[in-house]
Amino acid sequence: MHYSAAFSQAATSATAVPTISGSRHVGALHSSSSSCTLLIPSKPINLRFCGLRREAFGFSPSAFTRCSNSQRVQLPSRRRFKGSNVSASLGDNGIPKSFDYDLIIIGAGVGGHGAALHAVEKGLKTAIIEGDVVGGTCVNRGCVPSKALLAVSGRMRELQSEHHMKALGLQVHAAGYDRQGVADHANNLATKIRNNLTNSMKALGVDILTGVGTILGPQKVKFGTDNIVTAKDIIIATGSVPFVPKGIEVDGKTVITSDHALKLEFVPDWIAIVGSGYIGLEFSDVYTALGSEVTFIEALDQLMPGFDPEIGKLAQRVLVNPRKIDYHTGVFATKITPAKDGKPVTIELIDAKTKEPKDTLEVDAALIATGRAPFTNGLGLENINVVTQRGFVPVDERMRVTDANGNLVPHLYCIGDANGKMMLAHAASAQGISVVEQVTGRDHVLNHLSIPAACFTHPEISMVGLTEPQAREKAEKEGFEVSVAKTSFKANTKALAENEGEGLAKLIYRPDNGEILGVHIFGLHAADLIHEASNAIALGTRIQDIKFAVHAHPTLSEVLDELFKAAKVKDHASNPVSEPVAV
Amino acid sequence: MATLSPFLSKTPLSNTPTISFSSSISTPLKWKSITSFSPSGSSSSRSRRRIFIVQSKIREIFMPALSSTMTEGKIVSWIKSEGDVLSKGESVVVVESDKADMDVETFYDGILAAIVVPEGESAPVGAAIGILAETEAEVAQAKAKAASAGAAAPASHPVASTPVPAVSPPERKKVAESAPSGPRKTVATPYAKKLLKQHKVDINSVVGTGPFGRITPEDVEKAAGIAPSKSVAPSAAPAASPKPAPAAAPAAPLLPGSNVVPFTTMQAAVSKNMIESLSVPTFRVGYPIITDALDALYEKVKPKGVTMTALLAKAAAMALVQHPVVNASCKDGKSFTYNANINIAVAVAINGGLITPVLQDADKLDLYLLSQKWKELVEKARSKQLQPHEYNSGTFTLSNLGMFGVDRFDAILPPGQGAIMAVGASKPIVVADADGFFSVKSKMLVNVTADHRIIYGADLAAFLQTFSKIVENPESLTL
Repeated sequence: MHYSAAFSQAATSATAVPTISGSRHVGALHSSSSSCTLLIPSKPINLRFCGLRREAFGFSPSAFTRCSNSQRVQLPSRRRFKGSNVSASLGDNGIPKSFDYDLIIIGAGVGGHGAALHAVEKGLKTAIIEGDVVGGTCVNRGCVPSKALLAVSGRMRELQSEHHMKALGLQVHAAGYDRQGVADHANNLATKIRNNLTNSMKALGVDILTGVGTILGPQKVKFGTDNIVTAKDIIIATGSVPFVPKGIEVDGKTVITSDHALKLEFVPDWIAIVGSGYIGLEFSDVYTALGSEVTFIEALDQLMPGFDPEIGKLAQRVLVNPRKIDYHTGVFATKITPAKDGKPVTIELIDAKTKEPKDTLEVDAALIATGRAPFTNGLGLENINVVTQRGFVPVDERMRVTDANGNLVPHLYCIGDANGKMMLAHAASAQGISVVEQVTGRDHVLNHLSIPAACFTHPEISMVGLTEPQAREKAEKEGFEVSVAKTSFKANTKALAENEGEGLAKLIYRPDNGEILGVHIFGLHAADLIHEASNAIALGTRIQDIKFAVHAHPTLSEVLDELFKAAKVKDHASNPVSEPVAV
Repeated sequence: MATLSPFLSKTPLSNTPTISFSSSISTPLKWKSITSFSPSGSSSSRSRRRIFIVQSKIREIFMPALSSTMTEGKIVSWIKSEGDVLSKGESVVVVESDKADMDVETFYDGILAAIVVPEGESAPVGAAIGILAETEAEVAQAKAKAASAGAAAPASHPVASTPVPAVSPPERKKVAESAPSGPRKTVATPYAKKLLKQHKVDINSVVGTGPFGRITPEDVEKAAGIAPSKSVAPSAAPAASPKPAPAAAPAAPLLPGSNVVPFTTMQAAVSKNMIESLSVPTFRVGYPIITDALDALYEKVKPKGVTMTALLAKAAAMALVQHPVVNASCKDGKSFTYNANINIAVAVAINGGLITPVLQDADKLDLYLLSQKWKELVEKARSKQLQPHEYNSGTFTLSNLGMFGVDRFDAILPPGQGAIMAVGASKPIVVADADGFFSVKSKMLVNVTADHRIIYGADLAAFLQTFSKIVENPESLTL
């Protein structure tokens, strides 16, 4: 993914160069010469995907040396630091001082893990500090165990849908579940992934330092009680914790956050979910499949804020309306009291606008899914004059931390939920990789608009780039035209074969140059389908090019194929797409 | 994609601009063309109004034709529920056609008085799916209308206007009293609330037996008189709740070797209408008509594209002008509804079904226009492209089996109309005139079935006399 900038720049600046056939060769030539000479065919169609292959880069290693200023492409290095020898930093950076490590990462979540792996690949001596368990939120209390629960809920849903089963000619009698078994599945999965993560880092020679990490000063970190280590560069990757608004008393039993819910200690008859974002939605999917009734409490005027409105509307039609779910929108839960003394959980609601009391709900449990708050307390930011903003560590577009005066703090970066740019595991990892690219001498700016997001309900929702209102707003400001294309899963053979024709894919694009601004999918396996679109955005691939890519038939991927083909790009649109802009 | 059905790409632009598209459009081409419609195109949207005036203030919401190939639609969900106040332009219901789910908007302000076709069930294009009342006062009236419509609908839920069990109010009181914190509000779980709405059960008539006295889905089902569907696994789709078997005599066992073929939508609609027709007291009057002159005229105008159907429709329309009562209908058993237009519906057997395309204003159009119109209608009927107003706006029906050699038959009066004319074959017979001279003439027998609540024997006789005069002296038809 970090080769994308090189590729798109090279491809777009090409003018009159002979066409080269044979994709592998093009890839090799391209990679070895991207910043020296441009040997790029005038029609980038030929080399659309090939320049990205790993093996393509290893094709002619000698080519790299000729390109002295090439920092874009580095040979994947698998050097390992086995001993505990203190290594000097790169040596050519003018700092005479030697450090314990080239890179220290505070926080061994998915972001830290991604950064550590890439750092090792780049030949950095790397340590990772973890005060809790390796894997962070995603692996232990987030994406991973929730996927285990959702896998169960998806199957339950299928088995319970007599209508669906009958349509397939299947007969199933009385699907049931064992709560403890489901909970164990989630827990086992988290353990397995955690071990995988730990082992992968250990195998690569990343030192895992146990204890809470605190920044003592520039390039100096304390972990545990009094272990002090130094590093040339430091990455903060401390992540986030569930955000609980004030007035809400979390007891971990009847009033819970996602941390508790994932343990699935009980399945209430009726649970209120505060917040209808993707966390709330996923849990509503789990709970309703397991037999609970759900009440959503949403502060905004509609459910599923943040999704493209059209997708949200359809999702509500499929994921909320036909299920045992009701909702209150435009209300705040000001006070939530756990069940005790034989009384149910009570939730006091006020109108979000007028602040007048509106209703009091009595339910069996309440799940607080109002978002996540950065976990940056005790990080020692005050030692380097950094002031958090609502808890988030302020960073620039290169994840470099800025201090109270707005100046860059040298050698300090912050990635993932702690900086609040995009609170997704894979975004953290991508940011970490971007930082490692920078500290190893290659400038890199991550295009956040190319980072996909997914919600694993049944069916799934996924998105990348801008929503339609965002795109229209941007178009208004910048004076370009926006078009929308849509395709339905109802017309997809594979979806119909699965009897899952419910779904919509939506493409928001510029008809003048074919740039993809956003893609939103609601339907079977949407989360897996989005990557064709996110990769296209990351690489700057235009619709007029990607529409020629071939998709196996019959597959769900044809939904996107049709989507790209449905787009009407103006004939003259051959002018290059501008460089992806980071946000 | 190769698997796309071919007709998708040539969907005409005639698709309703008045429908806000929200999702699942399978053909982007269509999408584009539709979005290019200006939503303010008033004249075209006017003609496609989905909600037709039934009576002054109570309107039916019809199943719209969302695509040219749509013959029936499934109600995905009612966005509004009964009793909700609607304002013009608001989405009321989501309908699934053969291609997409679309929101259907209302064109009138009013109150959604009744839902005739519940979520998850299908209705043919043009069938009433809901009733819109203009004011609170008319809600009850509209509900009665819905109840009658709902009772005849093949698959609709029974209107669960279960009387409040006599014991329930005191019991509820007891619950309230026993609660320590004084008067408590009624709490119902989300699914219970959905069921209350679905089965039209008043929340106050239900006794909550769940924890903390809350109303559970089982309580609602009990109150609605439905055996609680407490299965091991909760059903994901509330629409799939069991339908109570009608209290009819058990069906006779199938003979061995026989097979059961369910009705198509069209056949189901026919069946429903036929059952409905049983509630109308009808009688029949026959009349012989000499058709030599008509046959001669037909030979003359045939090369110009005039069909026998057009000739007969025109003749009937001209006779109806003089006998407006035969063009009237009885909607409520209490009054005549005189129709302003003479719309001749003509029964056509098509694709194993029966449909009645309507020649609107047949009295006003000339023969040639009428013939052309008829050709278009038949074309449309064949390709299932008839718009609802093109087959449900008839005021008088013509049914002709003459071409099969049938010499006389008797038609069933379609609901909502006053009379239907059954036309037999024209056959040469020997007639003796007043002077005792024998001659051979072509004679056909027509037989009119009429609603005796509004049309009496003398009315029909007079009408038939006029009709026979017109047919026997058909020159006026070409005027």
